[in-house]
Amino acid sequence: MIQSVDVFQDIKTAMPEVATAAFALWLLVFSAFKKHQAFAVASFLSCAFLVGIIVVCFGMFGQYDEPVVAFGGLYIQDYFSLSIKMLIALGTLISLIYVYFDMKQTQIGRFEAPVLMILSMLGMFFMVSAHDLLTLYVGLELQSLALYILASFNRHSYKAPEAGMKYFILGAIASGMLLFGMSFVYGFAGHTGFGVLEEVLNGTTYNVGLTVGLAFMLVGLAFKISAVPFHMWTPDVYQGAPASVTAFFAIVPKIAAICLIMRLLNGPFGGLQDQWVQIVYALSMASMVLGAFAGLVQTSIKRLLAYSSIGNIGYALMGIVAGGADGGASVVVYMTVYMIMTAGTFGVVLSLRKGGVAVEEIADFKGLSKTSPFHAYAMTLFMFSLSGIPPLAGFFGKLVVFKAAVDSGYIVLAVIGVLTSVVAAYYYLRIIKTMFFDEEDAGMDEIQIVPYAAQHGTLVATLAVVVGFCVVPAVLIEYAEVLVRSLF
Amino acid sequence: MLASLVFYTFGFILILSSLFVITARNPVHSVLFLILGFFNAAGLFVLLGAEFLAFILAIVYVGAVAVLFLFVVMMLDISFADLRKDAMQYVPVGLLVGGVLLIELTMVFMSWQASPELAQNIAHPIDAAAQANNTKALGLILYTDYLLIFQMSGMVLLVAMIGAIVLTLRGRSGVRRQDVSKQVSIKRADVVEVQKVTSGTGI
Amino acid sequence: MAQTAFLSEYLPILIFIGIALVMAFAMVIGSWVAGKHRPDKEKLSAYECGFDAFDDSRHKFDIRFYLVAILFIIFDLEIAFLFPWAVSLGSIGLMGFWSMVVFLGILTVGFVYEWKKGALDWE
Repeated sequence: MIQSVDVFQDIKTAMPEVATAAFALWLLVFSAFKKHQAFAVASFLSCAFLVGIIVVCFGMFGQYDEPVVAFGGLYIQDYFSLSIKMLIALGTLISLIYVYFDMKQTQIGRFEAPVLMILSMLGMFFMVSAHDLLTLYVGLELQSLALYILASFNRHSYKAPEAGMKYFILGAIASGMLLFGMSFVYGFAGHTGFGVLEEVLNGTTYNVGLTVGLAFMLVGLAFKISAVPFHMWTPDVYQGAPASVTAFFAIVPKIAAICLIMRLLNGPFGGLQDQWVQIVYALSMASMVLGAFAGLVQTSIKRLLAYSSIGNIGYALMGIVAGGADGGASVVVYMTVYMIMTAGTFGVVLSLRKGGVAVEEIADFKGLSKTSPFHAYAMTLFMFSLSGIPPLAGFFGKLVVFKAAVDSGYIVLAVIGVLTSVVAAYYYLRIIKTMFFDEEDAGMDEIQIVPYAAQHGTLVATLAVVVGFCVVPAVLIEYAEVLVRSLF
Repeated sequence: MLASLVFYTFGFILILSSLFVITARNPVHSVLFLILGFFNAAGLFVLLGAEFLAFILAIVYVGAVAVLFLFVVMMLDISFADLRKDAMQYVPVGLLVGGVLLIELTMVFMSWQASPELAQNIAHPIDAAAQANNTKALGLILYTDYLLIFQMSGMVLLVAMIGAIVLTLRGRSGVRRQDVSKQVSIKRADVVEVQKVTSGTGI
Repeated sequence: MAQTAFLSEYLPILIFIGIALVMAFAMVIGSWVAGKHRPDKEKLSAYECGFDAFDDSRHKFDIRFYLVAILFIIFDLEIAFLFPWAVSLGSIGLMGFWSMVVFLGILTVGFVYEWKKGALDWE
């Protein structure tokens, strides 16, 4: 039994989570009692808190040279988890800024939105710090449950409840698969802790039950990161949810899920690498191919970005296939770069409003170079970066992943990756063409630019990272290598 | 002997009622068969010695979830017969998926083999004294060893609560709500006005 | 199968269920066998104070019923956690006690929120 003395030590170890939970509870009550401007105040306080959490995680860095396991083996805190938490908090911060201004414009803002985002972030924190299958599952559930609600947050739209419903049902099926797989693993090993699983599974020979368990767990997790063939919900959910919530979906939860998969596959399932590599290989290849080709025919910008995110998950999975510290580091670099690029792209989309809501169609971008040159050029840079054109950040992200794959001997996969990014470049470049070379249709509604300084500030900041990444790529890649060392 | 007889009875009724859940014409009957299924599953849990799970199944699933199902079924003004017409075209795919899963599970079942070190690794072996009362055995680890998970599930329930309110609660205008403190703190002067009425004039 | 001593504790319940089933079936089948069946159209039609039935028995009803039901489920689950706690409280010490208090605290926050939002009001 855990003694109460240990618990205070454990709470210190899990400071980011404990603080987040306490803040969410406080904010919920505080905002419920606030009569006016509750949404604005809650959003502002949450932003301030997120900055605080980043600082806290940064401050804890020095004490975790060695991973610390807490709560009787359920929870682990190390370099990797702390830095991914900083990244997640940063992504949530950016999304929250978008959500606030977007919901303010569409007048659907209620103070529950920031509270749910904070609670979802809490779930993601637990996911990256999971050291037991149970922590993994409950963290994932906490994260997803809050996301389902956010997806259907706009009750006045017909599409939003549909998006939430689809997301919820498929998410529930995925959770079921995950639990089913876990039950096999538990039945085999008699334990759910990552430490024990690692010991037991390292020495095992081939076992059908265990493999089936592993496969089911991967299916469940593939649903959550929308890897092909478990991606069907993504375009519908991205399209139906309010635009800023879509930004949140695209930016943050995938980082947590990918990092969770990395820890799971390299830790407890490290001994079964021969088996999971095949599955992840197939997922990676299918995601890259489908993401590239299905994106070609989209007319809605949100659906396009959904297929883009599916393709990008394929590249991240390639890094996991490559394995080892290099592969792990490449995944971290790739996801960081992807987060910033996507945040920037959504920043542009959300800045352009048509009849009060964010632009929906690619055709709405026609002639943007004349109406708003700044946004047109910013979008151009993000699109170049997403298609992987040097010297922008997206290029380095792809480079490290491809390099890791080639170094580990997965040349076919890397070649497919290069080919699909060429195909995908077509639809990214098509948006640039629409902005610069297509004439505005006569009678098209005027595009309004939002007047908020904070949102444009975020946009400029992401732009600066995308452009400025080439100055210090080596530093970040080396830093990522240090991070993932605690995983291997 | 009696135990196996009871097992097969419960198992048989469980499978039968699950079949009726998906084939019943009237959705309300489906829900009632679901409840029957839950009860039989609870019986199976008791046979396995998991009495706490059996009670939870009866209290939470039958008492609350099934009631909610009935609510939803009654609330949706949908012709289920129409829905079902289209559903028939998915039967082949469903059978295929189910068949593959069945073969897979059979394979696993045939060759199932737990880890040789299972006995020494088992997470929380239940000692003989606690085994007689598995509610207590659960209680011994749930609130201390699994403290973190326990509190996290509290947060999950909180999110569910927020979600239910965010998605369904609508502010209504022109509604009079009861405010007890307002009622209690009311003074005579607030509601009673004394008028002097001279006779023959009216107010 | 678990040990027989444990299962024999449940024997009374099994017998009880058995008797209940037998009696229920006996009544239904008995009345069906013994009764006279002469159905006709008027006897079988729905009766609503002398009129034909106006509409289907299935109505859309207010979503607030659903809200109350789901809030009930949440607190029902909370109660489910209280059972093992109550049984084992003697052995899990102060730590177990405070663990439950924090859990209840989290749900109380939810309760305060829902009260303040007026989810429990019924005008």
